[in-house]
Amino acid sequence: MNALLAIIARDIRLAFRAGGGALQAVSFFALTIVLFALAVGPNLELMSEIAAPVLWTAALLATLISLEQIYRADREDGSLDVLVETSSLLALTALAKATAHWISTGLLLTAATPVLALLLNIEGAALWPLILSLLIGAPGLSLIGSFAAALTAALPRAGLLIAIIVSPLYAPILIFGAGAASAGAAGDPQYSANLALLGASSLFAAIFSPLASAAALRFNLD
Amino acid sequence: MSDAAQFNVTLTARDLAVSRGGRVIVDGVNLVVGPGEAAVLRGPNGAGKTTLLRALAGLLAPASGEITVSAEDARIYCGVLNGGKPTLTVTENLRFWAALYGASFGPARAAFGLEPVEDRPMRELSTGYQRRLGLARLVVSGRAVWIVDEPTAGLDAASTTAFECLLAEHRARGGAAILATHEPLDAPGARTLELEQ
Amino acid sequence: MSATSIFEFANPVRFERIAARAFPLALIAALVSAAIGLYFALFNSPADYQQGETVRIMYVHVPAAWMALFCYSAMAVSSAAGFIWKHPLADVAAKESAPIGAAFTFLALFTGSLWGKPMWGAWWAWDARLTSVLILFFLYLGYMALWRAVPDKTRAAKLAAILAIVGFVNIPIIKFSVDWWNSLHQPASILRADGPSVHPAMLTPLFLLIGAYSFAYIALLLSAMRNELIARRLARYELASGEAPARVVER
Repeated sequence: MNALLAIIARDIRLAFRAGGGALQAVSFFALTIVLFALAVGPNLELMSEIAAPVLWTAALLATLISLEQIYRADREDGSLDVLVETSSLLALTALAKATAHWISTGLLLTAATPVLALLLNIEGAALWPLILSLLIGAPGLSLIGSFAAALTAALPRAGLLIAIIVSPLYAPILIFGAGAASAGAAGDPQYSANLALLGASSLFAAIFSPLASAAALRFNLD
Repeated sequence: MSDAAQFNVTLTARDLAVSRGGRVIVDGVNLVVGPGEAAVLRGPNGAGKTTLLRALAGLLAPASGEITVSAEDARIYCGVLNGGKPTLTVTENLRFWAALYGASFGPARAAFGLEPVEDRPMRELSTGYQRRLGLARLVVSGRAVWIVDEPTAGLDAASTTAFECLLAEHRARGGAAILATHEPLDAPGARTLELEQ
Repeated sequence: MSATSIFEFANPVRFERIAARAFPLALIAALVSAAIGLYFALFNSPADYQQGETVRIMYVHVPAAWMALFCYSAMAVSSAAGFIWKHPLADVAAKESAPIGAAFTFLALFTGSLWGKPMWGAWWAWDARLTSVLILFFLYLGYMALWRAVPDKTRAAKLAAILAIVGFVNIPIIKFSVDWWNSLHQPASILRADGPSVHPAMLTPLFLLIGAYSFAYIALLLSAMRNELIARRLARYELASGEAPARVVER
């Protein structure tokens, strides 16, 4: 348990050090939203209508660009060997790595959402469904994404490959997440069903993604 | 705590073959390394020393044959890469390892003379200091079987001697070691294993 | 040579013998059933009372969509077999199923789009089933991209196998989520949920063409696997002509 907490603490610390991806991901998140707004035009009514899907897509893309470093850096400096040789169950180590990624990326994006939501004309009551959906769904993004990172840990330039691998697997979380945020904002009764399905997707990822990541890492050690 | 510990672990490899890129590169390895023993692996570049060491360390599945270690979690592998994080300071790296191996890092930091640079990020250190930090993990781990690839590459004469002393100390306490190196290494009583085509 | 490499050679040799005989049979079966099936499809089956002659696109579309899923399943099952029993042919079967499956998936998307134009008045209407097939197409692309990106083919086989199994487990979830998404955003489906009603006379060409596609898959898979095995033998020959494995000598 101590070892897992140490891994989480180390990865969060690294994410905020020079060259860590945390602040880049948040900047990218904000920039994507601004670019969407520039493309749509200054139409506040239209913007608040598409705000939830836009924010969710931007959060997904910002997560996507930060995935590559999860395991590749550890493999390049030899610390992946250290993690493997001290791990009692590699799947738990993978779960710790995904948790750290969620805290340093997904949670940070969620925290930045209230400010960015203002830009998209999301008002008070519509904000909570959005934040709740990100809180439930972003862990799923990190978990599934860390699996793709484990698969490609030995490849020098895997960013685009990770995007191709992970995007179809992200479809359910995007559908339920953006669906929940939109339904919640509109007061639609489908809100809770979407949230439940989103939670189920994240939970499913929490169970299977660490196992698959561990299996993939084993083959990326040489 | 690890100072008082007496190790009693034997690593045995039987008919071991290891492969890289789908090809068997080292074949028919039979090896027993017991308490206090050391084996030094030598051979030309590309002969498969690193692959063999990684298999012995349990990081790679052997192509055939088997490796048994008489105790669990007894091996520690230190490769050519030092396994530390460039942006973390020396102490932060040591503290992280100590948490992973469930040990303390004070003695290791002293043994490798790392106090003068303890608050500097690893990437700012010279190659020699980076290697010393990498080797310090051996001591931090408190594990019985050291498996080390090119331990003294990049070390000056004084640091090499310091490593040789630590290795002797480790063996005196019943520790075992398997090392691969191109450089002369003073390890009394160590067996030399040559990798030949 | 160690025991594992003999094992790797033994099976492909027997496979080569069987495949050399099965390939022409599968090819002939595919061509014959396609010819008869197309005859029924184009000349000897009724037009739909609603869709008219355009319903005939169904005969190329539905079997393609069916094969898209079938090939991915075959890929996942082969991957699991290769992963669990380390059978050397299973990895090859999985790898070579992917481009064939992707081609069927593309054909399903293409004909679906052609079919959509007269029905919906648009080439693409984000119909739930077509959207699922589109995501399936991207799953294929990811799998093939991973194979291409990993230089060491033994490692690529293991990693791609894990991805195929993960993708396969996710297909029902993706399918469910897309259906959900579609019903959420389009309460009244443009295409009826059960598709066009199928007249019994339509079943004959449909089954014949499903047979033709399946035989084509078998023929293409056998020929692709033979090519791959030859290429691997060549690569191994080049490697083997290099150096024998090293041995440890105690001094």
